Amino acid sequence: MGKGVAITGMGIISAIGINTEENFQALIHKKNGISKIELLDTAHKNEIMVGEIKLTNAQLEAPLDLPSNNNYTRTAMLGSIAAKQAISNANIFNISKYRTGLVSSTSVGGMDMTEKYFYDYLSESDSQKYITSHPAGDSTQKIAEQLGISQSLVTTISTACSSAANAIMLGARLIKAGKLDRVIVGGTDSLSKFTINGFKTLMILSDTHSAPFDENRNGLNLGEGAAYLVLESDEIVEKEHKKVLAYVKGYGNANDAFHQTASSENGDGATLAMEKALKVAGMLPSQIDYVNVHGTATGNNDLSEGRALIRVFGNTIPGFSSTKAFTGHTLAAAGAVEAVFSVLALQHNIIFPNLNFETPMKEFHLLPQTETKNKELNAVLSNSFGFGGNCSTLIFTKQP
Amino acid sequence: MSDLKQELKAKIIEQLNLEDVTISEIDDNDSLFGDGLGLDSIDALELIVMLDKDYGIRLSDPKEGKKIFESVQVMADYIEANRTK
Amino acid sequence: MFNINFYEAAVRSKVYINGAACISAQKASGNSSFFEEIQSTADNVFWAVEPDYTKLIPAASARRMAKGVKMSVAASKMAIDNAETSILDAIIIGTGLGCKIDSDKFVSAIIDSSEEFLTPTPFIQSTHNTVAGQIALGMKCTGYNNTYVHGSVSFESALLDAKLQLENNEAASILVGGVDELTEHTLKIHEKIKHIKFERIDSSQLLRSKSEGTIFGEGASFFITSNQKNINCYAELAAIEIINTLSVENLPNNLEAFLKANDLHVDEIDLAVLGNNGDAKFDVYFHTLADGMLNKINRIYYKHLCGEFFTASAFGFWLASKILKLQIIPEVAKMGEIAPSEIKNILLYNQYRGENHSFVLLKKC
Repeated sequence: MGKGVAITGMGIISAIGINTEENFQALIHKKNGISKIELLDTAHKNEIMVGEIKLTNAQLEAPLDLPSNNNYTRTAMLGSIAAKQAISNANIFNISKYRTGLVSSTSVGGMDMTEKYFYDYLSESDSQKYITSHPAGDSTQKIAEQLGISQSLVTTISTACSSAANAIMLGARLIKAGKLDRVIVGGTDSLSKFTINGFKTLMILSDTHSAPFDENRNGLNLGEGAAYLVLESDEIVEKEHKKVLAYVKGYGNANDAFHQTASSENGDGATLAMEKALKVAGMLPSQIDYVNVHGTATGNNDLSEGRALIRVFGNTIPGFSSTKAFTGHTLAAAGAVEAVFSVLALQHNIIFPNLNFETPMKEFHLLPQTETKNKELNAVLSNSFGFGGNCSTLIFTKQP
Repeated sequence: MSDLKQELKAKIIEQLNLEDVTISEIDDNDSLFGDGLGLDSIDALELIVMLDKDYGIRLSDPKEGKKIFESVQVMADYIEANRTK
Repeated sequence: MFNINFYEAAVRSKVYINGAACISAQKASGNSSFFEEIQSTADNVFWAVEPDYTKLIPAASARRMAKGVKMSVAASKMAIDNAETSILDAIIIGTGLGCKIDSDKFVSAIIDSSEEFLTPTPFIQSTHNTVAGQIALGMKCTGYNNTYVHGSVSFESALLDAKLQLENNEAASILVGGVDELTEHTLKIHEKIKHIKFERIDSSQLLRSKSEGTIFGEGASFFITSNQKNINCYAELAAIEIINTLSVENLPNNLEAFLKANDLHVDEIDLAVLGNNGDAKFDVYFHTLADGMLNKINRIYYKHLCGEFFTASAFGFWLASKILKLQIIPEVAKMGEIAPSEIKNILLYNQYRGENHSFVLLKKC
């Protein structure tokens, strides 16, 4: 047997809740977190719907107990909150007892502050403390500090919307290779004018609630959030009698090599990523009980991903749903947010509903799960795809 | 009308960074996408912004662009008929 | 039956550098010369000297690329040619600031135009993984693709990922690159917070500077790593260690532990490649080793040749690889006298502003 990679803790903050339990309750009760923009100051406030966490930066900062001259961005605060939850959920009291690393991810890092102070930075002002918060790695350094991870392997991945899935993958590989005993993995992204305007130029933002896998889908809802998981080696689990929430059993990363932002018509990269993950897990497609799809509700993604699902699973496609209509697309964090949801699905034997689905797409007859469904689940597959052709798949299981 | 076409060609070259193309090389009826000038979907989005910014024509669905950006001639006709500035 | 047990393999493969290319402020770009002519700067900034891209990048793809992407696509082609390979199983990039030119362009456009009439190209191109994505797209490489963005260990993170895969035979040939590009805005704001020296200095005198801050630079260094040694082999990549925080006091024990883990005594290091950048506040890390553990070891430095940037250590890595292959230490890089002898083991140590430290061990192949 190869080395197992156990998930022993997780934490999350998203538009549907500030902890794991709140997120779970919202998911099973079909309560979405999509709204008009209330906190972020943007000209597009009333045009689009997003998954915004209704806590101001001051409210996020309070529980972190930071000095008044701190330079935490919203991205760093969200990440710190979720990562701390994960550590506490894993009952870790002495983080340096084992070789512990942190692999985080973010798409635009400290852009939320940069876009506020871009020109102010040029004149003497208080805002200059945020200059060093801009690089993507800054939020990770701060999360490490919050968790007390020092003199250790700490790094950051940024592959657009598949970032956190790749962070989880690297964490699993570091444990399997015996490089580390424990790795905190995940991702964080806050809403920013940068991403809102960016996706707007691509004309893929929805002005209403997004409808993944629906024929009449008209784009995505952006979201913000952070989620982290604690991955631990078999040795720690055994020694500390750890409660294991689930295992990271398979992972695959492939590139679509088709277009800078769009997915290939037949989902080549997505197919490859899912096939690789199944191969690493040593599993057959028929052993997957639920697929948490990427499902952004853009015309292009859902068609491409749907075709890839058919290529991998044939005529017997497992129950599947996109949870992005709950949280919005949390970009770099999405892979971790949905990893937490996948583990919750396994723990509770529940397939979460795909909101706002009415009409099947005309290209194929794929019907997502639209109601909360109880079903014995042993393996969940989760997809995350991003710009630059990045396609990543993770497989979570109950058994090692 | 021919002024508008010249103007459009210059804008296309500049906005889309077609460094190795000159105005005289673009025929009014050359197809802009695919085999002709070889533009792609990102260019189409760029041209949609140009329509909005310079001629006050707002498209809500990128698919509408496909027909409008068929050639410089078609584009110019469309702009003449729909421009608000 | 389907289980691929990479990690239980009895023997871990060794990892080699089979191809290398570097685009920097030095004309030693590519592989034709090795510091025959030295570029210096008196402006506290080293801009990379770009090669003629016409033969390296098709015009249709180049038209949207900013400098960092172009340098990377070009350097990746040069590295592939250098390794005489055409098969790549994975592409892994490290970039501290990512595609800063387009990022700055899009942020300023948002502010200047009050969020109106924005165009998609700078947004698309600003994504941190643009380089890795563009290389994959250009080569139609559908393999593993990843991008690391963690300050001064961005490149080392990419190297570590590649090494894990090659050791465990998950891949046989991986393109690993480190790239960062400068913008005027980056320079101006870092001058404001004194990360760039206030007074102008001549780059050749970098280590004589007594002030805080450093000089900035940019560049792209790309490598073909493989678990099969080829005839062009530069070096064996023996070990990498990444450390987020480290006090000056704890630096020697950490280096000792790193060497011990690799069955090496400090006396066996033939050359140390240090990341000194002339910052009076933080070069103390390098001084501690130079005056202590590495006192009797031959030492070189390189940031007076390329400037400081998050992936400057990839330039150092290129330099070290080249030294191992050619068995020549460029005069300009030497810190003090160096007695000629065979170079078998090279240690690289870098950190930036006291954070994100890395040790890398290269061996003659």
